[in-house]
Formats: sequence, structure tokens, C-alpha cells
Amino acid sequence: MTTFTLENLVRIMRECAGEDDAVDLDGDVAGMEFEDLGYDSLAVMETVSRISQEYRVSLPEESVSEARTPAELVALVVERQQQPAQA
Amino acid sequence: MTRTVVTGIGVAAPNGVGLDTHWSSTLRGENAIRRITRFDPSPYPIRLAGEIDFEVGGRLPSRLIPQTDRMTQLALVASDWALADAGADLAGMPSLDAGVITSSSAGGFEFGQHELEKLYSKGPNHVSAYMSFAWFYAVNTGQLSIRHGMRGPTGVFVTEQAGGLDAVAQARRKIRGGHRLMLTGGIDASLCPYGLAAYLASGRVSLGDDPDAAYLPFAQEATGSVPGEGGAILVLEDADAARRRGAEIYGEIAGYGATFDPAPGSGREPTLRRAAEIALADAGVRTEDIAMVFADAAAVPELDRVESDAIVKLFGPHGVPVTAPKSMIGRLSSGAAALDLVDALMALRDGVVPPTVNVRCPAPGYDIDLVIGEPRPARGTAALVLARGYGGFNAAMVVRSAG
Repeated sequence: MTTFTLENLVRIMRECAGEDDAVDLDGDVAGMEFEDLGYDSLAVMETVSRISQEYRVSLPEESVSEARTPAELVALVVERQQQPAQA
Repeated sequence: MTRTVVTGIGVAAPNGVGLDTHWSSTLRGENAIRRITRFDPSPYPIRLAGEIDFEVGGRLPSRLIPQTDRMTQLALVASDWALADAGADLAGMPSLDAGVITSSSAGGFEFGQHELEKLYSKGPNHVSAYMSFAWFYAVNTGQLSIRHGMRGPTGVFVTEQAGGLDAVAQARRKIRGGHRLMLTGGIDASLCPYGLAAYLASGRVSLGDDPDAAYLPFAQEATGSVPGEGGAILVLEDADAARRRGAEIYGEIAGYGATFDPAPGSGREPTLRRAAEIALADAGVRTEDIAMVFADAAAVPELDRVESDAIVKLFGPHGVPVTAPKSMIGRLSSGAAALDLVDALMALRDGVVPPTVNVRCPAPGYDIDLVIGEPRPARGTAALVLARGYGGFNAAMVVRSAG
């Protein structure tokens, strides 16, 4: 299994939610809040939905809404990846 | 009563994206109806349409692309042009003083189709979160309002083809009520298989394959219309305020009337003529002041008959030049009448009636003076635009030149 990375997240965000003209996603964005990156809650929801499909990981809405930055979201996905698949 | 004028125009039409391209093509009478290229139309009974040849990429922020249907992308671009054309200082006015009222007939159908395909083939988890708003009627109004920071009155009119006039009339009410600037008009785009199914259900679409013979309003051979995509976005302001800031004024939204037809089988007269009478009275003009009529032009014999009768009763036989430039581009649903308004304003400015194409002559019994093939010089300061929406909606609007 490939471990989910910030690069993976940035690619998916670009694909499914575009990129704010005032923001460089290739820059140091890991600790920035999604809102400051130009992503509203729907954009994050769309991103999360794409991650769960592509990486076959289940991401409960409650924990996703607590992830306010790319770094936090990546950490959450990795944590879920490491959990044994539920029977 | 304050007067409401048009100070900015943005056009996206099958015969031209941008006002000047569209208008010069319209005057040349070029037919933009063709076989659908966006997808393979051969399995469908409708194979002709007025398609817009335009890539939105680069003209809008990439954040907006995944969350918008084509009709919204076109409306956003047209609204940018309309506001730039008006040259109004949006940033310098309170955001609650500027609003958006558009028309819509189907919402973002193509977006909706793709997401429904995912829903049925892969399951609900694969449906885009943007489905929540990208396909509903009010989406163009909402996206325009957000993009331009216009937080005043908003709304959407869903009266099919009559909507282009109904929306502009509502925007005029808001200007009269003291709001400083309104974006209005309508842009529609449903040229996808799901959209074709909806057009087909109306029973009013021509199923031919010859682009020059498919949409023949008022002709004996009329068998329905051809769908098209696009429309126009207008900027409305109060006349005195627009003059004070030195704005270029295209013309005035001078009169409006709307009616609803009696139930089928009631035996009562259709009410298109009544809508026109109300609009003329509202504008305070007589029929002899009207230099030209832009027809709804359904190209369905019984509907053409109703419209021809209404025009003849108002203006007398061959009493006014009548035209249907939409014969070049198809019927644009809720975008059609907004674009007719634009054409009417340009026609008054240039003193010329744009032509109806492909029609050889009106069918016997339609005693209207249809402007066919070539543009015709015209003198006068007012024009009447007629529009009908599927289901019984009638609307009429009088525009007056800036003068």
C-alpha cells in the first residue's frame, strides 16, 4: 500500500477543486488552513471523497471536519491507512 | 418613475462570443446551426443545434471550473464582459446596492447528467459534492453574485423561454426601488443527451438533418425549432445615475408585460397579444412608434399562427417589420429573449433590422412583414421583443434607443 503524502493531496485538490490564483500549492502549504488556501468546506468534502475512492480508505466525516490544514488531513489519511481493514 | 437603462452587455451565442462578433455575424445572416459536435448525436432523434465554439479555460479561476456547469461558465465570462463594458465602479458602491437576477430553464443539465451517471454506475460516494448546487436553477445567479461581490437582491426566473424578459423586468423593478446596479439576463446550455431528452419531450423540436431547413419560423414547412446554447448578460442602472457618471447607454428598458395562457381546451384566446399590449402601455408608446418586432418564432404551426395573429391584430397586416434572428442560432431557452433584447438595442442603434434566415416566405394566412435573408434599414426609436415559455408563459418588452 502506498502511504498517502502531501503531494498526493495537492494533486487531488488541484484536480477536483482547482487552485486559487493567489496561492501557490507547490509552496509551503502544509500548515496553512484550507480556508486561507481558498478552499471552502465543499471543496474539502470533494477532496476527501476523492481520496477515499482513490486510496480505498474510509474517512469518517467527524474526524475530517477536524482537519483544518493539509498536514492534518494527510496525517488523518495515513492513520486510517494503517488501521486494519474492517471485516 | 425613474428610467432604467442598459449600460453593459456580455454575449455568448452560437454565432459569436462577444457582442461585436455576434452582432456582425447576425447582420451577415450567417447560419450557425449545425450537426452537434460535443458528442456523437447519431443515436438521438435531435442531431442539430446551435453550439458555441468557445473554451472557457484561462478566462475563469481554476477553482470555479470543477464546480460549474457549462452554462454557468458562459454566464460568468459574459458577466465579466458586461461589467467591464459598463465600466461601473462596483468596488465603490455598497455591496447591498448591487444584485443579480437571471433566468434559467433547466439548470446545469450536463453537470447533472455526469453526476447522475456516476450515481447509477458507481454509487453515491462518487457523486461530486458540487452537485449540491451546480445543477440547480439559481446557480448562475449565485455564482455571479459571489464572483462580483454583489450582495443585493438576487433571484431566478424559471419561465422557460419567457425567462429572459421576466428576469430583466424584475431587475428593472430593483433599479426603480433604488438599487444602483443589477446584473440580469440569462444564459442556458443543455446540449447533452440528458438535455436532448428534455427538448424532445416538448414535442416542439425539429428532427431534420439539414441545418438550412430545420428551423423555419412562420414558414409553411415549419416542423419545430432547433435547440441552441448561450444568451446574454446585461447591466442595468438608473438612467440619471448612468448619465451622471458618463456611462455609455445602449437604451432603455421601457415597457414590460407578462401573461399566462388559458388552460388547453378552454376555448379562450391565448394571451401573447395581451402581454404585448401591457408592455406598450407600460412604455407609453403607440404601435406606430415600434420600428420592429423580434418574434418568439416557435416554428410550430399552431404557435406561429398565434404569434402572427397577435402581431397583425396589434399592427395591422404587414404593419411592422418582424424578424427572428434566432433562426440562425436556434432557441436558447432562457437565454433567448435576453439575446433578442440585445439585438433589438443594437438594431435601433444601427437603424437596421437583422434578418430571419432560411425562410423563403411566411405561410399563406400569416400577414406579417417578415424580414427575410437580408438586413433591412429601419427608422425609429423603439422595438418590441416577444417571448413564450413552454407551459403557457408569455412576456413582451419594449426597448427604446438611448436617444
